[in-house]
Amino acid sequence: MTRTETNRSRSSNSNSENSRDGGGGTTGMRIIVPLQGVVQGRGGLFLGSVIPCAFFYFFQFYLKRNRKNESDNSGEQNSSASTPNSVSNSGFPDPTRSQSAGHLTELTGLPRSLSRILLSPRHSGGAVSVSGRVNSVIKGGDSPYYVGQKRVEEDPYDELGNPDGVIQLGLAQNNKLSLDDWVLENPKEAISDGLSICGIASYEPSDGLMELKMVVAGFMTEATKNSVSFDPSQLVLTSGASSAIEILSFCLADSGNAFLVPTPCSPGYDRDVKWRTGVDIIHVPCRSADNFNISMVVLDRAFYQAKKRGVRIRGIIISNPSNPMGSLLSRENLYALLDFARERNIHIISNEIFAGSVHHEEDGEFVSMAEIVDTEENIDRERVHIVYDLSKDLSFPGLRSAAIYSFNESVLSASRKLTTLSPVSSPTQHLLISAISKPKFVQRFVNSNRQRLQSTYTLLVKGLKDLGIECTRSNGGFYCWADMRGLMSSYSEKGEIELWNKLLNIGKINVIPGSCCHCIEPGWFRFCFSNLSESDVPVVMNRIRKVCETCKSQN
Amino acid sequence: MRLIVPLRGVIQGRGGLFVGSLIPCCLFYFLQLYLKRRRPPPPSDPTELTRTSSRSNLFSRGNSIGRVRISSRAVPVAKPTDSAYYIGLERVKTDPYDRITNTDGIIQLGLAESTLCFDLLQKWMSENLMESIMQSNDGEFDISSIVMYKPFEGLLELRVAFADFMSRIMGGNVSFDPSNMVITAGGTPAIEVLAFCLADHGNAFLIPSPYYPGFDRDIKFRTGVELIPVHCRSSDNFTVTVSALEQTYNQARKRGSKVSGILFSNPSNPVGNILSRETLRDILIFAQDKNIHVISDEIFAGSVYGDKEFVSMAEIVGSGEFDKSRVHIIYGLSKDLSIPGFRAGVIYSFHEDVVNAATKLMRFSSVAVPVQRILISLLSDTRFIEEYMTAHRQRIRDKHILFVEGLKQLGIPCAESGGGLYCWVDMSSLLTSYSEKGELELFEKLLSVAKINATPGTACYCIEPGWFRCCFTALADEDIPVIMERIRKLAESSRS
Repeated sequence: MTRTETNRSRSSNSNSENSRDGGGGTTGMRIIVPLQGVVQGRGGLFLGSVIPCAFFYFFQFYLKRNRKNESDNSGEQNSSASTPNSVSNSGFPDPTRSQSAGHLTELTGLPRSLSRILLSPRHSGGAVSVSGRVNSVIKGGDSPYYVGQKRVEEDPYDELGNPDGVIQLGLAQNNKLSLDDWVLENPKEAISDGLSICGIASYEPSDGLMELKMVVAGFMTEATKNSVSFDPSQLVLTSGASSAIEILSFCLADSGNAFLVPTPCSPGYDRDVKWRTGVDIIHVPCRSADNFNISMVVLDRAFYQAKKRGVRIRGIIISNPSNPMGSLLSRENLYALLDFARERNIHIISNEIFAGSVHHEEDGEFVSMAEIVDTEENIDRERVHIVYDLSKDLSFPGLRSAAIYSFNESVLSASRKLTTLSPVSSPTQHLLISAISKPKFVQRFVNSNRQRLQSTYTLLVKGLKDLGIECTRSNGGFYCWADMRGLMSSYSEKGEIELWNKLLNIGKINVIPGSCCHCIEPGWFRFCFSNLSESDVPVVMNRIRKVCETCKSQN
Repeated sequence: MRLIVPLRGVIQGRGGLFVGSLIPCCLFYFLQLYLKRRRPPPPSDPTELTRTSSRSNLFSRGNSIGRVRISSRAVPVAKPTDSAYYIGLERVKTDPYDRITNTDGIIQLGLAESTLCFDLLQKWMSENLMESIMQSNDGEFDISSIVMYKPFEGLLELRVAFADFMSRIMGGNVSFDPSNMVITAGGTPAIEVLAFCLADHGNAFLIPSPYYPGFDRDIKFRTGVELIPVHCRSSDNFTVTVSALEQTYNQARKRGSKVSGILFSNPSNPVGNILSRETLRDILIFAQDKNIHVISDEIFAGSVYGDKEFVSMAEIVGSGEFDKSRVHIIYGLSKDLSIPGFRAGVIYSFHEDVVNAATKLMRFSSVAVPVQRILISLLSDTRFIEEYMTAHRQRIRDKHILFVEGLKQLGIPCAESGGGLYCWVDMSSLLTSYSEKGELELFEKLLSVAKINATPGTACYCIEPGWFRCCFTALADEDIPVIMERIRKLAESSRS
């Protein structure tokens, strides 16, 4: 009972403090005590009940005071009323206080509404404001990724016309590699076949004509080497992979939820996932020591840390072949990821936009997530969603066409409706049908595309190696992931940006620094080589050498 | 009894304060005691292990028994629609009318598309389509000019062509600046992007009703912006008045929702009337007074067939006495050029931030480059455009007269209209009961008995029952008697 006494006096002290100066730092401390007692369960049970009781008491007290004039009992004498013993007295109305209290409430009523007007800019008659959420979009363009693109736009390299221009190694488009084939093989008739007025002017289903879905499914089957057959009814076509990812983010997660994304990842996720959907990304760092492979332990840890912070994880986004490293996920890895997703009951988005651009398969073949899901009987498929991009593998990003391949009926029906907001136009659909409906052509196209990627890749990696720059093993996609840690003046993000600046301004090449890909280790750069012809490679090497030399002389 | 006492004490404020605090305290104490008993004994290994296990017990999802869920905001999107507008469109797909092969099919009066000038388009396309895609600066075809990444907000050439075209169809009184323009993949993404840029989740737009039923989807699906209808009545020929705006605005504020803008269609959809210069000025003054945005959807600007002149919001705001930055205009080629399949629209805004943000957001709904090429040559072909626009207006006018005349003979009046591809028909004489229910019954009867899909007023949030939107521009002349016959039969059966 002595303990009771002390506790009581302590709590009353804290409360009287609270009521006098409106709650200071000490009350914050006090509040934590009972919660700890409750959570940890060791001791504090009494404390943990007395303090909430006291709070409840004061809450009632407060309510009562503010309710009616007559029922007001005590003004400033909170400290005396804070002990439960004095409660019985304070139940009686005190007419002398009532007037001032009534006056007070009136006064507080007025300035409140005034202050509300002051807070709201709408009444000030100033310029009309845009929505708050759009600010992140407006500001969203100042990362090195966008700065680099802009520089290239202003001053693009041309072998003949502008040999001093900036060489584009940042944008994943397949410029010089296979396009000639497309023209040679698909002369103008092919295009005109597709475009007859009857089909192209009127409304078409915005999620894609069935005819187009069939050829796309066929093409995807081809790109994955017939290891899996895709069902056209599970396809939804969208205008570009960005909108495919955006639509999936919208459908799978609510605003404020998050996706796990192993890093380094595609720099585009920041805008595709976050901008309009309000979904967050939680990066799961992979390290060079593991060859940037996804570690299940780290994934688990990231998941629980997020949960501890109260963030709800709705899924995981992986890219396979990975962007930017270009490595492939092994069958075991995919199973492990699926198991992880199943255990946590979250979705899994497999970004396979480079599936048809796998150029090295000696140390492992490309396995689509669709294949895993197909072969395994008891996997619940509804959590698996695949993003596929026609523009990467077929080298026409200007056509803006990608596909969502999902096993979840609700996601499919929601995304079908949402495609009116990012539709593939009918002329494009018909062009695509005529372009990829000839299986023989497609097969040859994909093969020659692979070969060219392979030879440019080999050339580039060898060139970099001669300069002392190592790359991680890349098997697919348009990128190689180069380790330029040796060239940095300081081992930090700042050093990385400095080096990037040098590459852009002295070397005049635009590459993507690892920080844009949220790589946790500084000094890594993404080189996109699909833009290069073989004759460009020596030019790039010379420019890098120049930068290397300036770096070394400084050091 | 005891339990009720403290609550009463709290509510009524007479006495009972002590009891009212003591009893909850006791309850709380016992709850804690109970919780403590139920907690598993502390493990030897500290907190980490039990925490996870207790959490997974609480968290039913962790056990993978349940199916994975989609986000709660996607659920209403995935659900089958309950708007009569979409139900009708779906039904037509299952059994479309064809003059020869399926004479018993459902006739589509629900979709605002025009086939009136397909012959002209056909001719132009067959002559120019290939050149428009294949052309390049040096005369030789370069595939990379159409398949590579291009600015998402549209090629500058296209924006210039668009600006010219818009000022041409709006009577030449107003010129548009290409740098204020963002090309979008149709009017639908244009509306959505604007809604995203101008209002936050939970904010609202005022919108004179009846309004285009597709706005519900375009705006509410993803942006979370509310639409608050401002009811217009047949007595004003469904023209919005400032007093109605004011009233709705105040009501919305009272309910605590923040109004960020006014959205309206001009020529209005579904009524088809054209807002006068004065009304536009009134709306602008109202918006200025409340400091909110104005979004003017002028997608039917070139489909004006009446005597009344169409005035663009750009013209009003160009006079200089208003603050331009709050005005945003939506336009598209789907209706006026009858090429909805091309999905070409535009956002025209005087607000720099909106233009910047929309430019960036166009990554998600840009127009494919080959399509841009076609549009550039189509819109720059001024001779064709002149010819086309004249024919387009003339043919809508003719069809409108024919259709309205046919309805008149059945004793069914239409609202006065001057633009658009539809008319707003008063079928209240056919209603069994003058209510929303009666209207939906009639809609169902039209759809399954008469086999006509017209959009009922409830789908457009019209406050008066019995109005239907009928789109007549996809009809051939010989279809009109068929429709009239079907309606006549329905009318007779309902009267008998």
